[in-house]
Amino acid sequence: MGQRTLLYDLHLALGAKTVDFGGWDMPLHYGSQVEEHHQVRSDCGVFDVSHMTVIDINGRDATAWLQNLLANDVARLDSVGKALYSPLLNEEGGVIDDLIAYRTEAGYRLVTNAATRAKVLAWLKAQQSGFSVDFEVRPDLAILAIQGPQARDKVAALLSASRAALIRALRPFEGIADGDWFIARTGYTGEDGLEIILPGHEAVTFYNDLVGAGIAPSGLGARDTLRLEAGMNLYGQDIDETHTPLTSNLGWSIAWEPAEREFIGRAGLLAEIEQGVKEKLVGLVLEERGVLRAHQVVRVAGIGEGEITSGSFSPTLSKSIALARLPMATGDRAEVEIRGKWYPVRVVKPTFVRHGKILI
Amino acid sequence: MSNIPAELRFAESHEWARLESDGTVTVGISDHAQEALGDVVFVELAEVGKVFAQGDAAGVVESVKAASDIYAPIGGEVIAVNEALADSPELLNEEPYGAWIFKLKPSDKAELDKLLDAAGYQAAIGE
Repeated sequence: MGQRTLLYDLHLALGAKTVDFGGWDMPLHYGSQVEEHHQVRSDCGVFDVSHMTVIDINGRDATAWLQNLLANDVARLDSVGKALYSPLLNEEGGVIDDLIAYRTEAGYRLVTNAATRAKVLAWLKAQQSGFSVDFEVRPDLAILAIQGPQARDKVAALLSASRAALIRALRPFEGIADGDWFIARTGYTGEDGLEIILPGHEAVTFYNDLVGAGIAPSGLGARDTLRLEAGMNLYGQDIDETHTPLTSNLGWSIAWEPAEREFIGRAGLLAEIEQGVKEKLVGLVLEERGVLRAHQVVRVAGIGEGEITSGSFSPTLSKSIALARLPMATGDRAEVEIRGKWYPVRVVKPTFVRHGKILI
Repeated sequence: MSNIPAELRFAESHEWARLESDGTVTVGISDHAQEALGDVVFVELAEVGKVFAQGDAAGVVESVKAASDIYAPIGGEVIAVNEALADSPELLNEEPYGAWIFKLKPSDKAELDKLLDAAGYQAAIGE
């Protein structure tokens, strides 16, 4: 038996089929993951993502510490409520984890992945010396992601006037506390929506309220196809310690300025640039019938080979799509080997769908 | 609990087989199988004319989640495949005992007797 979130029994009561994800028994779907996917794109759905790790950071040196730890620069968060995405790098520039950092009244709140929890906490501890900083993991909290074009309206209608007003005022990539709730306009689906971090003992009631308001319970299956269509990386699949942000379509998340900020991994990234970045993470679209899957081999005529890192069926496009790490010189065509046969694929920018619209 | 029609025979690999009055055998996947697979999005069909031995891989069903081989529950020659599955693979989820995958001319009808009956299949899947 894996670890379970506080909502586990409720998921079962709602008909969830569960799956092991990073040591957690999580809902895969509640009947049809394709149906849940469409619900999120057209209306909204709710995901229990309480398996993710919430880390609260405070102390005099909190900003300096995170500026040292993260490839992105928390100094860009110029007021409480602002958030940014960042890779957490090792000395070589490999990705230990990816996370969101919110600026809070007391300091910062990080939300990191579930499967990486132990190594991330060990890393943070190892980097603590010399800084006046404390961090606390918050297993007492639940996290619900309510995602889709109707998400903010539907959630606001269920909450107090002050929380409803907060939800209406939030801009994308902002997260604000209201009492012991933390409400953020962030997500992992490519749609508008919220991530709400709340006391665990309130989670069952709130989740029931959401479902009662017609918000579809949605599982990790739909979450995976939604994030893949949105071109968002999954840690452990598309990014890991053996690849840097430069070969992971994450160059935008490295803050090179100010040049004197010596974040961990900077030297490794600069060395990679010096030698020439050899690969890139791209999107693939299979025009024929079939399904692209992680680890299938991709060949690019006259250039070389690469591999699919994530692949699935895209419910929005009704065809298969994938993320793949390919030689830098790859153009707009490649071929993928599926069960011994080679299929032509189109190479595209890895954002397939955003805000309900097909971009490729 | 899944639907297990009493008139069918089942392979432990979750295919069903039905002996037709003309002596051919129709093959599909069980309700339990489609439930375990989740949303089916692609079916790779065998070619008509191909001859399989009992237990040979005879096609692939891909759900959003994963790809799974389909095995010939008995040996024989493929005499028809269900082309409707090319455009509507979800039929395997919607009506697993209506949406057949292929039809065989059996090489040895006695192989049918080696398959599980409904009660045996029910026990095999732990229901």
